[in-house]
Amino acid sequence: MITFPSDLNLGPIAPALVVVVTGILVMLADLFLFRAEDRHNTVWVALGGLIVAFLVTLGLWGQVSGGPITAIGGLAILDRFALFLDLILILVTAIVMLLSAEYLVEQNIEHAEFYTLILFSVSGMMLMGASADLMTLWVSFETFSIALYVLAAYARPKVESEEAGLKYFFLGAFSAGFFLYGIAMTYGATGTTRLMGIAQFIQANAATISANNMLYVGLGLILVGLGFKVALVPFHQWTPDVYEGAPTAVTAFMATATKAAGFAALLRVLFLAFPQLSGAWSTILALLAVLTMIGGNVIALSQRNIKRMLAYSSIAHAGYILIAIVAGGAQAVSAAMFYILAYALMTLGAFAVVIALNRGGAEVVNFEDYAGLIQRRPGLTHALAVFMFALTGFPPLAGFVGKWYIFDLAVRNGWAWLAVVGTLASVISAGYYLYIVVLMYMRPAPDNAPDLGGAQGTAGLAVALTLIGTVLLGIFASPIFNLAQSALLAAR
Amino acid sequence: MSLLLFGILAVIALITAALMVTARNLVHAVLMMVANFGTVAIMYITLSAPFVAVVQVAVYAGAIMVLFLFVVMLLGEQQLSFDEPFAGQRMAAGVLGLLLAIMLLVTLFTASPAVLQTGLTAEQIGRENAQRVGELLYTQYLLPFEATSILLLIAMVGAVVLAKRRLL
Repeated sequence: MITFPSDLNLGPIAPALVVVVTGILVMLADLFLFRAEDRHNTVWVALGGLIVAFLVTLGLWGQVSGGPITAIGGLAILDRFALFLDLILILVTAIVMLLSAEYLVEQNIEHAEFYTLILFSVSGMMLMGASADLMTLWVSFETFSIALYVLAAYARPKVESEEAGLKYFFLGAFSAGFFLYGIAMTYGATGTTRLMGIAQFIQANAATISANNMLYVGLGLILVGLGFKVALVPFHQWTPDVYEGAPTAVTAFMATATKAAGFAALLRVLFLAFPQLSGAWSTILALLAVLTMIGGNVIALSQRNIKRMLAYSSIAHAGYILIAIVAGGAQAVSAAMFYILAYALMTLGAFAVVIALNRGGAEVVNFEDYAGLIQRRPGLTHALAVFMFALTGFPPLAGFVGKWYIFDLAVRNGWAWLAVVGTLASVISAGYYLYIVVLMYMRPAPDNAPDLGGAQGTAGLAVALTLIGTVLLGIFASPIFNLAQSALLAAR
Repeated sequence: MSLLLFGILAVIALITAALMVTARNLVHAVLMMVANFGTVAIMYITLSAPFVAVVQVAVYAGAIMVLFLFVVMLLGEQQLSFDEPFAGQRMAAGVLGLLLAIMLLVTLFTASPAVLQTGLTAEQIGRENAQRVGELLYTQYLLPFEATSILLLIAMVGAVVLAKRRLL
């Protein structure tokens, strides 16, 4: 006789379910609802589904005021942390859809399956944030990764895109191997895959835990696996090539949504399963944070392609977020989540401008193309300048407040030197972010400068939305921060 | 009896493994590999792990072998030369293999007591362990098991998107 879990109720993962169903509906709508020439309308089906997911998430938000709810036999967890991540992911995905609509047509790669794959990928990320078990974490990790491998190669038969897809697939599969091996080791050492069960095991065996090498190896391998996904130095080598080769809309999605999901998983695992071992992992992560911030920013200085530059910039920002995790304490989660939201808006904005500058299928990605941009596309130039200032961390924009929360947390929790390194790294980053601004405003356009055409519809809308978000998040930071503050993890 | 059976199986497994590595004909190598997989599957049955045995046959002798045969089919049957693509390759492989063997032997005799026996309990191991694995999938690991369906759907959509673009 099989006894099913008594709390067999998929309600707690409703946002992810809505997104999955939307993905399937998009495919069906493409097949039955629209004629071939109306196919671009599928993006509105996808956006409609995202609005439903948004409403469902808001509905669940009120339900968890009394603390986290474990669901489906302890496999998933419903708390405000998961819901806050869902909100970020829905926002990011909606903006990516707006970015893609015209971009895909111009690149001649428009298919409804693009939106389906993005939605499936997001559902995996949402499930990852709601995981309370290493197996749920693992399957959702693979769910979003495999969709991303396909999306990176989506511009096939373009060689760069194929290369990006293949490279991402091989290195991703390699890192997934590390992650799975880490899970196996952890299971072998503790006898459970439930995150809270692992914490209980460590608590119960506190005296002998430091001799349990297998558990430490497992933790280390899990960190390597997730480190690949969020692109920490030294696990970052795939990032620039994949970001450069993948279609720009996919790159924007990878740079923001993947990073949010990866860090959510990292927070879940470290704070829910391994809080007692923080002495061990915080030292390692502090080292990785320093390597990531310095490495990412220094290599970004020598880039002459804006997609590669933003790839290294995304690596550097992963380092800042890592500081919040290392510093720990009650505000670590909210500082990290706030920064992820700010970073997502700024980076999406930068990619939105790159996409809006697109002309007739050819992408405007080389730095030379940005010289004298102010004379040709003043609106987009101002927008890109704001995003560059925000990424550098100038007040009063979102990037500044995000960094301020993280560095403040680090100083208060005894990691002042890490905050100093972070500040120095931000100074280095000004070297490449502001270089773009100088190019755009102060250099004359080359004589053979290409005509950049008129303003774009949905991509322009995405630029406007992210611009408003970047500015508002900087000015009215505290309400959002308090919201993130209430999105604390169950274990804290 | 079981010791005798193990002895026979071990000898077959070792011989087929050695022949697989030394075969100059690609098809012969693949055949030896299948024989090796099958032998190992029988070993699992003697260890009262029929589920693992069936998985071994389905995944290794089935799926992975088909992959190899595809490669043979696409590249054509050819005699492999004994030239080393990288200098010192064979030497390095031998040294690494020896190191692995030593490591496995050391681990075998100093097995860590920290390894817990979990999952299936002793009385669950037996003829019905496939049933027990199924029960675990439907109870303790229900959500990841269900999420796998989305994973497979993505793989399907992705394969069509990448390989059959003209159908879209």
